[in-house]
Amino acid sequence: MNIPEKLLYTSEHEWISIEGEKGRVGISDYAQHHLGDIVYVELPETGDSVAQAEALAVIESVKAVATLFSPAGGTVLEVNEELEEAPELLNEDCYANWIAVIELADRSDLEKLMDAKAYTAFCATLE
Amino acid sequence: MSLKQTPLYQMHLKYNGKIIDFGGWELPVQYEGMGVIKEHNMVREQAGLFDVSHMGEVFISGEKAEEYVQNLVCNNIKTMQDLQVLYALMCYPGGGVVDDLLVYRYHRQKYLLVINAANVEKDFAWMQENLMDGMTAENVSAEYAQLALQGPKAQEILQKISDTDLNSIKFFWFNPAVKIAGVECIVSRTGYTGEDGFEIYVKPADAAYIWEEILSAGGDLVSPVGLGARDSLRFESKLPLYGQEIDQDITPLEGGLGFFVKLDNDDFIGRDALLKQKEAGLKRKQVEFSMLGKGIARSHYDVCKDGVCIGHVTTGLHAPTFKKPIGLALIDIEHSAPGTEIDIMIRDKAVKAVVGQGIFYKKKTKAK
Repeated sequence: MNIPEKLLYTSEHEWISIEGEKGRVGISDYAQHHLGDIVYVELPETGDSVAQAEALAVIESVKAVATLFSPAGGTVLEVNEELEEAPELLNEDCYANWIAVIELADRSDLEKLMDAKAYTAFCATLE
Repeated sequence: MSLKQTPLYQMHLKYNGKIIDFGGWELPVQYEGMGVIKEHNMVREQAGLFDVSHMGEVFISGEKAEEYVQNLVCNNIKTMQDLQVLYALMCYPGGGVVDDLLVYRYHRQKYLLVINAANVEKDFAWMQENLMDGMTAENVSAEYAQLALQGPKAQEILQKISDTDLNSIKFFWFNPAVKIAGVECIVSRTGYTGEDGFEIYVKPADAAYIWEEILSAGGDLVSPVGLGARDSLRFESKLPLYGQEIDQDITPLEGGLGFFVKLDNDDFIGRDALLKQKEAGLKRKQVEFSMLGKGIARSHYDVCKDGVCIGHVTTGLHAPTFKKPIGLALIDIEHSAPGTEIDIMIRDKAVKAVVGQGIFYKKKTKAK
């Protein structure tokens, strides 16, 4: 399983990449693998505000509906509209294909997240 | 309750199936390296092999077998010939459905009924409750494994290892003694995918051997297919699933299966209620729909019109063949005309959809 070093992860298998005051959010390899063929992504709208661990997007595979919980609180600055036409990009590369960028409201949210090492250990407990 | 495994469980592990709990059975939803969409397309384009051993089998025998089975189901079994198969529904006196099933006629005194896995106990109890003198109903579910080989290449593959000319088995007919790779099997040209193909009943001890022989005969033309694609294939072909399109509270007429209800038959359980429903006119019916707005309608989502709930989605999926979401819904008949706009309630939001007709997959099964 691919777990890039520089990202932070949640126990719900989302990742966040910190870029100054912004965080780029997506789903992990574990998530895309377990969901299977992703056929629909319901994106938030720019300007939406979201709390940490609150629903940010909905990801649907052929069989399942999964909620993406925001790794951190903030305001949605950008959404990856490409996913509306090509949700399968999340299966192809779930790290290059992010879901949304949020302006972080409170950096202390990040303290609750796992680094790559901790997340790798966490995933190992699930198998 | 511990989960049950089919005789092919080791094969699912060998081929890296992702195992889930399916109504108490440990079965693969998909296989590693394939996935629902690839498996689905494989069956539409080449062939797929399914483990459907969880299905139930009941032998009915006795002098009055024909009369007994006729009383049990609302299709006309009296027109069946030996070695023919018929799709049928068992109803309660109120017209709701006990189960849908396949009826295999050996001869007038012996039938094999193939029923849904989740309903085996309920169905068998129902059959016994309605048993006539001198009849026996024998639940042999544990004595048979069932494999389904489906897709345009199914015959070519199975023929390589069969002693029987498969052209001799027409659509919805069977042969109770086909040797596949030397093992005697019951083979019918039936299925649940909308493609040509076969269902193969074999003793549990031989199931893994037959599975491997079929995969090896098929080579690149076949792959194992899990329950995920089984559902998307049957759904695209508008084949009903018990618990969704039909159940104890949905009659076959409401579920769009009126073709399989022969009300001019002799008496059968549920006939009076169904006749009455037909004469009074249906209040709700099954419709096809496609989405106008964004989102995927899924089973049990509410369907509304002008803010009022008019029914629910029975099955909705992203259809892999059409690469878009479509659905079936059971709604009030006044809104069922093709072209009617309806709202599907997706996560508390009303998303526009339109009632359609003929938008589902045109089945590629052979003529009977």
